[in-house]
Amino acid sequence: MALGLEASLGDSVVTTKLDAIINWGRQYSLWPFVFGTACCAIEFMSAAASQHDISRWGAEVVRFSPRQADLLLVCGTISYKQAPILKRIYEQMAEPKWVVAMGACASSGGIYDNYCTVQGIDTIIPVDVYISGCPPRPEAVLDALMKIQDQIKGETVIKDRHKDFKGILD
Amino acid sequence: MNATVLEKLQTAFPDASVAAVLDSAVITVSTEKLIDTLSRLKNDRDLRFSLLLDVTAIDYLDYPVAQEARFAVVYTLRNWHQNLLVQVRTPVKDPDIGVPTATGLWDSANWGERETWDQYGINFIGHPDLRRILNHWQFKGHPLRKDYPTQQGQVCFETDSLEGPIKARLAAKGVSESTMKDINTEIMFLNIGPSHPVTHGAIRILTALDGETIIANVNEVGYLHRGFEKTAEGLTYNQVIPLTDRLNYCSALMNNIAYVKAIESWLGVEITERTKFMRVILTEFFRIQDHLVCIAANLVDMGGLTNYWYLYNEKEASYDLISRLTGARLTNSFTRIGGMYRDFYEGWEGDMVNHLKDIEKGVSDSFKLVAANRIVHDRTQGVCIMPKETALSYGYTGPCLRASGVPFDLRKDAPYYNYDAFDFEVPVGTIGDLYDRLMIRYEEIFQSMKIIRQAMKLIPKGPIFVDDHRVAIPPKSQVYNKIEGLANHFKIIYEGVKTPKGEWYDSFEAANGELGFHFVSDGSGRPYKVKVRPPCFYIMGGFPEMVEGSMIADAVINLGSINIIGGELDR
Repeated sequence: MALGLEASLGDSVVTTKLDAIINWGRQYSLWPFVFGTACCAIEFMSAAASQHDISRWGAEVVRFSPRQADLLLVCGTISYKQAPILKRIYEQMAEPKWVVAMGACASSGGIYDNYCTVQGIDTIIPVDVYISGCPPRPEAVLDALMKIQDQIKGETVIKDRHKDFKGILD
Repeated sequence: MNATVLEKLQTAFPDASVAAVLDSAVITVSTEKLIDTLSRLKNDRDLRFSLLLDVTAIDYLDYPVAQEARFAVVYTLRNWHQNLLVQVRTPVKDPDIGVPTATGLWDSANWGERETWDQYGINFIGHPDLRRILNHWQFKGHPLRKDYPTQQGQVCFETDSLEGPIKARLAAKGVSESTMKDINTEIMFLNIGPSHPVTHGAIRILTALDGETIIANVNEVGYLHRGFEKTAEGLTYNQVIPLTDRLNYCSALMNNIAYVKAIESWLGVEITERTKFMRVILTEFFRIQDHLVCIAANLVDMGGLTNYWYLYNEKEASYDLISRLTGARLTNSFTRIGGMYRDFYEGWEGDMVNHLKDIEKGVSDSFKLVAANRIVHDRTQGVCIMPKETALSYGYTGPCLRASGVPFDLRKDAPYYNYDAFDFEVPVGTIGDLYDRLMIRYEEIFQSMKIIRQAMKLIPKGPIFVDDHRVAIPPKSQVYNKIEGLANHFKIIYEGVKTPKGEWYDSFEAANGELGFHFVSDGSGRPYKVKVRPPCFYIMGGFPEMVEGSMIADAVINLGSINIIGGELDR
């Protein structure tokens, strides 16, 4: 995660004020990568459209390149066929990065308890926030966004996250 | 199926057994006679079954009635001129040897037979490209066989490179290995998807490019294969309804209606007049929604973001109305076998009238931006043409087939739910280019509004459920106070609605084309087998024909124009 100033500081300096300002910046400029596979992606489109307007949280700059995004929104069912692609996209994203599992399928496999559906994306990549619903309403997406923002508020720039994660594809 | 057609088929195929099932004729032939039968059905001037709708197989391992062989392969064909439906069945003695392929007759057999091999492990002798299609390439076994455990997942560690198929396609196009390496015409391979904004879901498009021109294209689907058919086998008929929502999630209610309609026609249940009108109104309303999303996304691909806001505002407002009508925004599960979950709320008519006005305005605004727009015309006219004969061969139905100039619409040609009483027109294109496909969707929105307005004038008052204890849950007063009512309720919920033993196919004009359900019932309350005939699966099968020779940017908007919905494509 360490970039620029943070890298050179290490843990020798107490960075409370630096954390505060960097986290403030990160909270309000999340760039989501929408990994939309199914029905949930349609509800994400609603969250992005005029009525719910995701830009009120500063997260409207949807990027479809993992290199430019820091919030991975997994909207929809992930099948075993899709899994290696999801993992690769997650790995291509630069630190710091956060993951939201949107909807029942991404969180747990949902109603698809069968031979082709991954039973929750947290068996492949680490997840920060789960959204319930099949599909969740756009308000729930906004709620998850606020939860991520809260989480970012309490983080510190000198600590790496999720380094010890092991999933079924590792 | 009327008697004269049946007689004609029996005379044409004297040594096969011909039987009538609902609106279709079922011809059972031996494996040796299969190709001869199919080719005569297609080419005979009196028969003309030019559309191969679907290929599937049935595994009779646990079936209570003894069969000739464990597996049977079924081809579903349609003669669109006279709207005749035929299913050709053949028992498969040994799945490893299999049956001869029909790819020489119809192009749609290619993907249909690949799916049958993938799911049931039945070989098709002479098939040019028998690979897995829905499951991943590292998958072992065949999931829809009855002895494959539903929950046995298999991890995929790597994505298929598709190197073999694209080289084979290049070779078929006459591009040899030496040309590919020649420095002056070196071919570039470009992969789009499965995670790419233009794929509108999860499809993988692999192209071989000469400059920006596509010379060969192969596609991979199945990234959203969620095992609908296997999961449904373990549920009661009514429990499957929520799964059908998630087939084409842009128009969930149309799938609900198509599904229950198929079961009702087998049971011989005649639903009430009010239910019919409710279903027509909802079907057409969701057709509008489906086309709104398709056009909005397609124009975004073309660079017209303003259209997206104009159209999506109406869609968002529609969701409010839909949640008031059905209780959910996107996945409604609003139908039940024999009726509807609830009646509409008090005063829905006023809201619907106002809302239709808003949609009309939004769509007209968007249309104004498009109708005389030079960029749209240049990018769509004469681009990615799908000729009529090719479209039929690939099993196209719905707006994409009509864009190619075939005036076939089940609402006109095989009317159900009083569609013959409504005054509406079926728009038909001329050459089957991108422009035709785009404009047909615009026009269908206006026609659907016309149907809704007529239906709202005619909708009668009355019950929304049939009075038939085989399918309808008794009112609560009877469940709580009478043992018969309690027992009836218990049996319908726990055992499901029981259907007579047999097999049948029923079709419905969904937003993307013919949505068919092929059922096999063993007499219990759970389907022995459900096969969905998804319109966009076969449309995607013809994608290479449309884009080869076009530019890479045209392929992008072409994918938008055929409205691929992952849930329905991969099931």
